[in-house]
Amino acid sequence: MDARLAPFLSLLALMLLWSVAALLTQDPQVLPTPWGLVPRFAEEAASGELARHLSTTIFRVLWAFGLAMAFGVILGFVMGRYRGINRWLDPWLVVFLNLPALVVIVLCYLWIGLTEAAAIIAVTLNKVPNVATVIREGARALDPKLDAMAHVYRMGTVARLRHIILPQLAPFIAAAARSGVAIIWKIVLVVEFLGRSSGIGFQIHLYFQLFDVGMVLVYSLSFIAVMLLVEWVILQPWERKTNRWRTA
Amino acid sequence: MIQIRVEGKSFGALKVLGRIHLQIQAGERVALTGPSGIGKSTLLRIVAGLDQEFEGQITRPDSLAMVFQEPTLLPWRTALDNLKLVHPMLSTSQAASMLSRVGLEYKEDVFPLQLSLGQQRRLSLARAFSGNPDLLIMDEPYASLDKGTAQKMLALTQDLVKEHACSLLFVTHAVEEAEQLCSRTLTLTACPQGAQLS
Repeated sequence: MDARLAPFLSLLALMLLWSVAALLTQDPQVLPTPWGLVPRFAEEAASGELARHLSTTIFRVLWAFGLAMAFGVILGFVMGRYRGINRWLDPWLVVFLNLPALVVIVLCYLWIGLTEAAAIIAVTLNKVPNVATVIREGARALDPKLDAMAHVYRMGTVARLRHIILPQLAPFIAAAARSGVAIIWKIVLVVEFLGRSSGIGFQIHLYFQLFDVGMVLVYSLSFIAVMLLVEWVILQPWERKTNRWRTA
Repeated sequence: MIQIRVEGKSFGALKVLGRIHLQIQAGERVALTGPSGIGKSTLLRIVAGLDQEFEGQITRPDSLAMVFQEPTLLPWRTALDNLKLVHPMLSTSQAASMLSRVGLEYKEDVFPLQLSLGQQRRLSLARAFSGNPDLLIMDEPYASLDKGTAQKMLALTQDLVKEHACSLLFVTHAVEEAEQLCSRTLTLTACPQGAQLS
């Protein structure tokens, strides 16, 4: 069997499991069947509501993801390379790692207000410590022999960063990015649930109040589909490209 | 001329190197031998500028190259890129010609992990000579190679050093390698005040 079919067959199996559970439940109000959602999905898509809320959430996810990765990579790299800085910043990292996402979100809304900036900052602050922790391990594992080689041959700072440091950090950046996207979109939903008037989280909040399980599933599954697309179209090909030298 | 004036080097309370004064003339080939752990690699790191925490002073040329105990290549870049990224002034044809010179013709697009250890060491040698160094430092470059391959590498190094007329500081355990490649052999010996030349 073609190995590329495995992810699709796996998802098909999940749908099958869901269908069996829905048929056993026999109550579409509690758990509708997958095909029962199709007309409602089509309705939302045709009205333009689905696209509007989906794009708003994607916008927030992209901003928060970009900021969290940028700050987290720089912070993690500096902490991994310089023991003195790590000694000072490590307790902060532990505090922020253990600070519940909800607390950060509520505080950001209270301090900054119910604004777009507050929402994005709240999500970013929640993710930066995780990214920094992963990248710090990567920075600690950098090969000192390659450092020595770059020093002897007087490689420039940009060349060292691009050809020596980043390729070594690439698996760590990929791991942080993959877990980052997955966690960030979940936190964005909570942020939208609590204090925004648009986005998938807001719609889920709305249909939760109406106890409309079908629409909650339509919106959340639409976003999961987008994230699967990101995984297959962007993350996995990028990872394959950066790891080409291992498998060549 | 390369002037090495090391008055001492310690790791904490452990005195590794004592007083070592050495001059290497332009084009001269000097071998450094001695038992394992005596401080040969430490001295080479000092000469290469990789270790700055020592007592003394080193006068070395700007154009320097080093062949490490391990090939120390960029495994994520092709053989050609391993030369061009380290020496940005090198053209593609010059890099390809250097690969060919060390016996790696048609290997331009191959990644280092696809090469045998002997070929990786050839690539490491090509990288060292691509920059036309005035001083080449070699730290046991033939360790872990079988005798035949080591002999071929030694002959190749000998030819390249002659072609480029660079000074050489060569660390080895093998006295026969030292005698074949170098005109002068020095030995590091243990002393209570740290290793010294004899």
